[in-house]
Amino acid sequence: MHALTVNGTDYQTDAPPETPLLWVLRDELGLTGTKFGCGVAACGACTVHVDGQAVRSCQVTLGDLWGEVTTIEGLAEGDRLAPLQEAWIRHQVAQCGYCQSGQIMQAAELLAETPEPTDEDIDAAMAGNLCRCGSYMAIRAAIHDAARAMGGGRAG
Amino acid sequence: MSRLGKITRRSLLVGAVAIAGGAAFGVYQIRRPVENPLRPQEGATLNPHVIIDQQGISLIAPRAEMGQGIHTTLAALVAEELDADWDAIRVLHGPPAAAYYNAALAHGALPVADYAMRDWQRRVGEGIGAATKLLGLQVTGGSTSTVDAFERLRLAGAGAREALKAVAADRLDVAADRLRTEQGRVIAPDGTEIDYRELAEDAATRPVPRVALRPQSEWKLLGRSLPRVDMRAKATGTAQFSTDIDLPGLKCATVRICPHLGGGMESFDPAPALEVPGVEQVLDLGDGIAVVARNTWAAMQGAEAAQVSWTPSPLPATTEAMYDRIAEAFEARANSTMRDDGSPDDAEAQLEVEYRVPFLAHSTMEPMGATAVLEDGHLTVWVGNQAPRENLKVAAEAAGVSEENVTLHTVFLGGGFGRRVETDVTRQAARIAAQLPGTPIRLTWSREEDMRHDFYRPAAIARMRGAVAEGRATLFDAQIAAPSVTRAGIARMTGRNMGGPDKGHVEGAFDQPYAIENYRVAGHLADLDVPIGFWRAVGNSFNGFFHEGFIDELAHAAGRDPLAFRLDHVAPRSAVAAGGLETVRDLSGWDTDRAPGTGRGVAMTWSFGTPTAVVIELVEEDRGIRIARAWMACDPGLVLDHAIVRAQMESGLIYGLSAALMGEITFTDGRADQGNFPEYDALRMDTAPRIEVAILQDNPHMGGVGEPGPPPAMPALANALHDLTGQRIRTLPLKAHAPFLT
Ligand code: FES
Ligand code: FES
Repeated sequence: MHALTVNGTDYQTDAPPETPLLWVLRDELGLTGTKFGCGVAACGACTVHVDGQAVRSCQVTLGDLWGEVTTIEGLAEGDRLAPLQEAWIRHQVAQCGYCQSGQIMQAAELLAETPEPTDEDIDAAMAGNLCRCGSYMAIRAAIHDAARAMGGGRAG
Repeated sequence: MSRLGKITRRSLLVGAVAIAGGAAFGVYQIRRPVENPLRPQEGATLNPHVIIDQQGISLIAPRAEMGQGIHTTLAALVAEELDADWDAIRVLHGPPAAAYYNAALAHGALPVADYAMRDWQRRVGEGIGAATKLLGLQVTGGSTSTVDAFERLRLAGAGAREALKAVAADRLDVAADRLRTEQGRVIAPDGTEIDYRELAEDAATRPVPRVALRPQSEWKLLGRSLPRVDMRAKATGTAQFSTDIDLPGLKCATVRICPHLGGGMESFDPAPALEVPGVEQVLDLGDGIAVVARNTWAAMQGAEAAQVSWTPSPLPATTEAMYDRIAEAFEARANSTMRDDGSPDDAEAQLEVEYRVPFLAHSTMEPMGATAVLEDGHLTVWVGNQAPRENLKVAAEAAGVSEENVTLHTVFLGGGFGRRVETDVTRQAARIAAQLPGTPIRLTWSREEDMRHDFYRPAAIARMRGAVAEGRATLFDAQIAAPSVTRAGIARMTGRNMGGPDKGHVEGAFDQPYAIENYRVAGHLADLDVPIGFWRAVGNSFNGFFHEGFIDELAHAAGRDPLAFRLDHVAPRSAVAAGGLETVRDLSGWDTDRAPGTGRGVAMTWSFGTPTAVVIELVEEDRGIRIARAWMACDPGLVLDHAIVRAQMESGLIYGLSAALMGEITFTDGRADQGNFPEYDALRMDTAPRIEVAILQDNPHMGGVGEPGPPPAMPALANALHDLTGQRIRTLPLKAHAPFLT
């Protein structure tokens, strides 16, 4: 039995320790907001946070987990969406939406580390997250906007 | 149980025979109202598009949401006439049913260029569209959804509104024409308000009032950029795709099918798969295996571990041999010559060149998948798809049950691009579920399975002859060879072979608004059995590149500026198309001097009723060539939602640029050499250009927006490379020829 904490909830699973976190989340715990795109760390659809760090959950095994997991389902506080999610809605970012859980989780780490990212910071942080619908313009605008909104919050 | 299932059980439906009232078609069967597929356990129903229940108003969408934003626009069409509260409206995918036929699919059936269509020809085209009602083609594709729904869904909303008012009029003893409607309520002159929910049940039993649609000047929702109805779900991870359905006792599955296309399975040994922890079953699918396990990872490990021996592919062994097969089509008589102006055979060619484009994968972000369960002889399938009725039929067949014993739920598509018009994954899920009755199956393909079992955009070759004189093109003579997507697709869907000229094969080349004296486009169909299918923009996806690459060559041969050269030839044929070119010229500052180390290219394609012009700017950087900026101008005529149109244009541009820059599927012994994103990548945040989109509305006819982006994007990129480096690249992808940043 393996214990893990996801979005503040404790879970037990008897899945083998070499099972990637992605599939533990989706198939064993029923948290399907995290998506599978490639399985080889090439698309970012499976991005979640472990101990606050954005990771590709298709590459992290259950046995190697080193901290608490946060997924897209855990980003909002109850009904209050995270500033990034609000910005995503304001900018109408998602098209098919399949990549967006990963995009948002990746962007969340970027803003945590770089509260006022430049375009170059965004390029560097987000290049691993593919969007086959090509929503990059909207993602960039939403990240800048969320950064402003969060900065405004701190100042006020 | 899907939301739709829950709602139809205890819902009240509001009626209006919107469709028969709105369409004046001359054939009896076509006039007859469609059968409403919604069967609530309480209440009655006449209208397949609107449900009003205790929670409010739901639109039952005839088309699939695959990212193009169609659910929002369809909801706006209904809500505009129904006076629904926008924030409260819900949208659900409609069940497979003839009522949801797509009439606009057939609008393009005539062998006439859209820009040149006369009014009578449009009416004939619409008549053919009405006939699709008989076929019940419930397909999301061809950039047709908005055109198809424009009247139909407004009539559905208006009919429902009037029925609700009629009930309120009786209850309040006030003439219906003195009642107003607003935010989901009927309001009497004295201020009394009745919520639609209280009127719905009675309204459903009313005869349907005849209604006139509101004029555009009174629209409150249409023409605005509305908040998308699917956005919150997609920003919170709650949007459900094919493999996100949670059912008690769910097992996870994957498949491993013969990768040598057209080949099969000789034998397999499941033992190594069954040794993988978590693997429970290995099933024989005939041309491959399915592995069922406690989770998808175990299933995928098991599928790889199984020992399988495949039988060989009948396809040519190399990609080069496939191109040879395609080139052989030039020797046979042309299948079509849909453009044949002047006497091209008498004109002497100054330029004779050959263009080539490769096979492409759809590579939707979500690999193919489906969920299915067979319980008490009834099969239920959840699958994001572009053709629900076809999928239902195939599911029934595969599970060995009658169609009445199948419930098919369309869920969100993680990208479609034409891939999910196919039924292969539904067939597999139904088969697996049928072998394990009572066990819900979540079937997920690996990315490799997805890339190696696509219905590819075919490779194509064009042979061009051209000449110029006094700054103008005097000869444009194109022969285009490729296997026919239309024939392959129709044969798969209907089991019938299509004869006659194949318009889809030459679209994007024969139908462009250029005035050229000797102008011919001939289509040659190649005999090559690689599985091919509808890839975003279909024939336009290669013909746009051929046509606009060669126009660029002619411009240079004539010593002209390529944008001015295009305008000279386009303006006499279409002011609408010329307007797009002028717009990108002005937006991009085309006529100003280029900074050193930058190059610009232009292209314009008229496809799916929407002329779209693109300018691409390249910048030479230390590490390579950057696709720095893009300007687009499209004219889809009347625009219902600007933000959605803009998003689709950006999306199509990036999809097209990605393909032109790095998209290529090659085959060895019938097996695709590319299996995952490292070998088949696309533009990303750091390599995608900054995009500006201008949306024009001078086109008198509504066009599509999902597909017109890719065709001009590809040649604009190649033309920009020529401007930057002087290289004229006629073979895609471009990264094989120049040091682009990828
Ligand atoms: S699924 Fe993990 S990076 Fe693509
Ligand atoms: S929104 Fe479809 S892949 Fe990004």
